[in-house]
Amino acid sequence: MYKLLLCWRYLRTRWIALASIVSVTLGVATMIVVNAVMDGFTTEMQNRIHGILSDVVVESRNMEGFYDPEWHIARIREAAGDRIETTTVTVTVPAMLNFQYRGTWVTRPVQLIGIDEHAGGMASEFAQYLQHPQNRQRMTFALHDGGYDVKDASGGVGGLVRPQLADAGWKHRRRWGSLFNHQRYVEQQQQQMQQQTVEPPPMSGKSTEPASESEAPVTDEPAATEAPADATADVVEVADEVANDGSNANANATDGAPAPDAANTATAPAAAVVADGTVALTQQSAATPAEPAADPFGAPAAAPHMFDPESEQATGCILGMGLSSYRVENGREHFLIVPGDDIKLTFPTAGQPPKAISDVFTIVDFYQSKMSEYDQSFIFVPLRKLQELRGMIEPRTGVGFASSIQIKLRNEEDGDLVRDKLQSMFPPELYVISTWRDKQGPLLAAVAMETAILNVLLFMIIAVAGFGILAIFFMIVVEKTRDIGILKSLGASGRGILGIFLGYGLSLGIVGSGVGMVIGLLFVVYINEIAAALGKVTGREVFDPQIYYFSRIPTIIEPLTIGWIVLGAIAIAVMASVLPARRASRLHPVEALRYE
Amino acid sequence: MNKKHAPISRPHLPANLAAESAGAVAVAESPRAEDSSHASRRTASDTHLAAVNLQKTYYKGRTEIPVLRGADVRVRRGELLAIVGQSGSGKTTLLHLLGLLDSPAAGEVRFAGGRVDNLPSRQRDRLRNSKISMIFQFYHLLPELTTLENVLSPRMIRDGVLNYWRHRRQHHAAAARLVELVGLKHRSDHRPRELSGGEMQRAAIARALINEPEVLLADEPTGNLDRGTGTDILKLLRTLNRQQGLTIVMVTHDESIAAQADRIVRLADGRVAAA
Repeated sequence: MYKLLLCWRYLRTRWIALASIVSVTLGVATMIVVNAVMDGFTTEMQNRIHGILSDVVVESRNMEGFYDPEWHIARIREAAGDRIETTTVTVTVPAMLNFQYRGTWVTRPVQLIGIDEHAGGMASEFAQYLQHPQNRQRMTFALHDGGYDVKDASGGVGGLVRPQLADAGWKHRRRWGSLFNHQRYVEQQQQQMQQQTVEPPPMSGKSTEPASESEAPVTDEPAATEAPADATADVVEVADEVANDGSNANANATDGAPAPDAANTATAPAAAVVADGTVALTQQSAATPAEPAADPFGAPAAAPHMFDPESEQATGCILGMGLSSYRVENGREHFLIVPGDDIKLTFPTAGQPPKAISDVFTIVDFYQSKMSEYDQSFIFVPLRKLQELRGMIEPRTGVGFASSIQIKLRNEEDGDLVRDKLQSMFPPELYVISTWRDKQGPLLAAVAMETAILNVLLFMIIAVAGFGILAIFFMIVVEKTRDIGILKSLGASGRGILGIFLGYGLSLGIVGSGVGMVIGLLFVVYINEIAAALGKVTGREVFDPQIYYFSRIPTIIEPLTIGWIVLGAIAIAVMASVLPARRASRLHPVEALRYE
Repeated sequence: MNKKHAPISRPHLPANLAAESAGAVAVAESPRAEDSSHASRRTASDTHLAAVNLQKTYYKGRTEIPVLRGADVRVRRGELLAIVGQSGSGKTTLLHLLGLLDSPAAGEVRFAGGRVDNLPSRQRDRLRNSKISMIFQFYHLLPELTTLENVLSPRMIRDGVLNYWRHRRQHHAAAARLVELVGLKHRSDHRPRELSGGEMQRAAIARALINEPEVLLADEPTGNLDRGTGTDILKLLRTLNRQQGLTIVMVTHDESIAAQADRIVRLADGRVAAA
């Protein structure tokens, strides 16, 4: 009984011991906070990483892909159908993104993913990251009239504001489209004027240029399949550039060829300029079948099917947010392109050897998975369109090729099992089968290691606190030597004295880690408020949501972890008090009583 | 086997507690002690506590400092014995040996007829707790506890938590009575540092009595007090000795104090000098 009473009294009167326990308190609080935040970050990150990755992916090793994905899906379902929720056929191909921004071409390497918007599966999973509310409900590759999220939908209250998206969509497209059309018209007028003044002999123009005749069929070949592509190829050259292009074409024409040629090319509206500086002949070939006998006066009406950006869109595509914008100083994003703009994508065909082809796509939406790696490299386009463009459709059967099948499992934990099953079914020479964890393995392992090391270090802090307790306890034992002698003279046994100090250590441990736990939990619960307050005091934002993509610091309170931390801290406090307590219990009563 | 002190009246203690504390003794009891318990206090000259040829040497580095060189003291039941001697004559050491706080290098300590200095430490702790209690020149109260708690502390040491808790009312009542007996009722909730020297010594005496010991060893109980207060303390001890038959051994170097004892033993140079 006296042990309890004395423990209690010592606890209440020995403030120095409480000072020693402050380190335990802080250690426990820090460990709880760090673990909660690390857990939060890890979980959040895994969600992000997993975000648009399927649980298991069956990929083809070559760029041509494999034939008949439906047959593959049937086999996959046969093998592990009970575990599979959805399967999605995709075509994945490296590509080059081109668009013009304020007169300069921006080029970025991207990963082009063809996906069937109607098939559900991955498409519906992925829809949640889109910026248009309707697209989040039901994803489509058609451009919306407007109504794109100006505020980051996933960003919470303090989320990003994107004023540039306010008039994205058809509104934006109509604006630049009308400008484009206007300039195209002006240009056409100018060219007609030129034709009238130069008055070229129609036949001699062609005869003096045999090269154009011989080249025409060559460019004609792709044009058969890429008619719309070619027609829209120049659309990317944004409105304010069109005039330049026109004059450029004229300049090239007059430089490299006699005047009649210039007149000849003028029949093609807004002549496209190829990088090497020669006049593109595709326009010519596109125009020739529609109107063999060029009528110099009916040029605007004579165009076969003139792509009109004011009312038409090219094939839709969905861009990663990171591809379309860059961050300006205040953390805001500046968009180079918005939904409604057109971009040009260049990618290899499926044939051997692969040839580069390009096509124009209209941005219909952005996605933001908040995993910057994905947001800066993936572009989604309609699957069928991509298959057609790459020649991945068997002409006789109409059955396509696919480069991967994304499998979503009912239970994500089954990933390894399903992967192993499928690996035994599909020859590894042709197929790569991996789970999302395999794909992001190193990153996940790095995070896990980071957490482990952090925990070891923090526990060492508590261990250091343990040595502090040890030292202070020795001090207390020395200070209490006479009291120990008194207790012994009153008949207290050595064990009893040991008990007092062990109990004292235990109660200090409980108090210290208990207070630490409360502080830690409060810190975790109010971490965002604390971060905000710190930011105000220091004038620097502690947690910048723009950097981390989280609007709030993610935390997860794991009761088991907290239990271990608290128990560990208490154990350390008790262990640290063992040595001083033994010393106290072995004090000789007479010497202790004499101690001054 | 209980050894009740039938002739000794203990008016301030309930009978059941007296029995309880007496029953807690685990000392080997000799037939002689048994016989003596029935003898009258005044007429009995049986030995209650005895030092037989006690030797004790302290070491300071390599030099031996012999303190006791064969001290023989017999304390009779119910007497108030004063041990006097010069500083360094070994009287405090003798008292510590009698109080089982220390072990002799040679010789025996006998209590109620049985040898106690070689008992296991646990039994010696029990003896010290319940049978042979001590008071000191510097009072040695626990500074964290109030007067009442200090008085209660030997009870707390004796009983386990549960046992103590079950009888806490009785314990408190006993302690309150003792505090009243020594005249500290108004001070029972004060800490030692708020008490005067005389009050602290009274509190120490109350603490020494809580477990109803048979022997009280007092190490210079008045050494730190002025004459008047010292006399009061001595009177208190005398009353306890008379009314409750408490055997008291008092070490002092003050002849006038020693003169009030029943008997005086003189220590000189580690031995009992001829009186």
